[in-house]
Amino acid sequence: MAEFTLDDLRRILRAGAGVDEQTDLDGEHFADTAFADLGYDSLALLELVNRVEREYGIGIPDGDLAHTQSPREVLAYVHAKLREARV
Amino acid sequence: MSASGIRPGRRGRSVVTGIGVVAPTGIGAARHWESVLAGKSGIGRITRFDPTGYPVRVAGEVPGFRAGEQVPGRLVPQTDRFTHFALAAAEDALTDAAADPATLPEYEMAVVTASSSGGTEFGQHEMENLYQQGSSWVGAYQSIAWFYAATTGQVSIRHGMRGPCGVICGEQAGGLDALGQSRRLLDTGSRLVLSGGTDASLCPYGVVAQLSTGHLSAEDDPARAYLPFDAAASGFVPGEGGAILVVENAESARARGVPSYGELLGYAAGFDPTTDGTAARHTVLVSVIRRTLADAGLTPDAVDMVFADASGVPAEDLAEARAITEVFGPGGVPVTAPKTLTGRLYAGGAALDVATALLALSAGVIPHTAGLGRPAPGCEIDLVLDRPRQTDPRTALVLARGHGGFTSALLVGAGDRDALKR
Repeated sequence: MAEFTLDDLRRILRAGAGVDEQTDLDGEHFADTAFADLGYDSLALLELVNRVEREYGIGIPDGDLAHTQSPREVLAYVHAKLREARV
Repeated sequence: MSASGIRPGRRGRSVVTGIGVVAPTGIGAARHWESVLAGKSGIGRITRFDPTGYPVRVAGEVPGFRAGEQVPGRLVPQTDRFTHFALAAAEDALTDAAADPATLPEYEMAVVTASSSGGTEFGQHEMENLYQQGSSWVGAYQSIAWFYAATTGQVSIRHGMRGPCGVICGEQAGGLDALGQSRRLLDTGSRLVLSGGTDASLCPYGVVAQLSTGHLSAEDDPARAYLPFDAAASGFVPGEGGAILVVENAESARARGVPSYGELLGYAAGFDPTTDGTAARHTVLVSVIRRTLADAGLTPDAVDMVFADASGVPAEDLAEARAITEVFGPGGVPVTAPKTLTGRLYAGGAALDVATALLALSAGVIPHTAGLGRPAPGCEIDLVLDRPRQTDPRTALVLARGHGGFTSALLVGAGDRDALKR
């Protein structure tokens, strides 16, 4: 069954929204850093949602992730969705 | 401050203090100017896609532009190539002008660019996703990468320039209109405007759209494809790139202690409503030239060189030559078209012409038009051929005609900055 890790999240962010030179996605605090502080706005999150939906075959209703603050929150949400899909 | 009202009384003076260029003649104003002086063409067989089977196989492509090196990493996948060009050129122009937006009042800096093709290549890719895979495969950034104002928006955000921003769509004439608008903004509360334009539509979708004008040359030899005012003229060659300029009011530039390439002395715009375009283009252009001179408070003898629109379509070349002759007399003013080295750059074309004109004024030369052979019959203009003329010109009139009828002119005067030295 599909796994979704922080590395997957980094990969998808990089591919979908790029990353600025001064931002370090591989830093140890990545998981708990606010998306805004990583340089990602609502469009970046929308792009992230679209790509995760396609790649992992899950549906993420509009607005569910609109107010997510950090990568860790996205991770938790996607894990929950993947568990639902397995059941 | 209103962007639409003009303060009564004398208009302030607007000067250009920085130039950034991304063009088939090179990346950077210095490289572009070197190519112009040398008559070194940037036109060649299209490499951005395989043009086999297309009626047009040559274009002016920007050599060696690596977005990853020129544009902030986050903006590379979020924007189209035309915006990549503009971001790079805008940063260059600001550096050239020694202008740090962080030190200037944010609501007194504006961005007005010209746009013509918009984010064509980005849009083509997303349309392919839509048709081939479905709507959920269309990227979120399509919403802001394709539309005409993408560059203005991204430049404004990146540099914190929150004054009255906008975009003008006048095809090849838009760049002059953007500079005309910059003057208005500098008169109504803005102290610095980033202006100009870039274009990048050398992709299958972009080229096919351009083919619909019927004006692209089908000539395969890059040296023969774009010969404006020549007896062998067969249309024009498309190109990508353009220029971004920093425009300020003269007092603001003086207060910052920076020299200027030149001043925007006069500007006018008109529109040819006819579908044929040839007869009316001549009379509308005559009117626009005269109004530009009147706006500058000058007479034709004050113009030292004309940068022609140089359509390459024989009937349009003739209309332009007749218009110039009517205002200046036969052979009455040196006329040149360095754009034979780049092709016509749509939203970037007029901006690049103005940049070249300003560089020419700073260098004291009239650049030549490379590659021409026999003049077309009826074109009684003094074309500068073979090599630049060292005549120390003090003014330059730039003409631009956009597909559909846009007709604009801008007169620039020499500033106090030597060539590319500071």
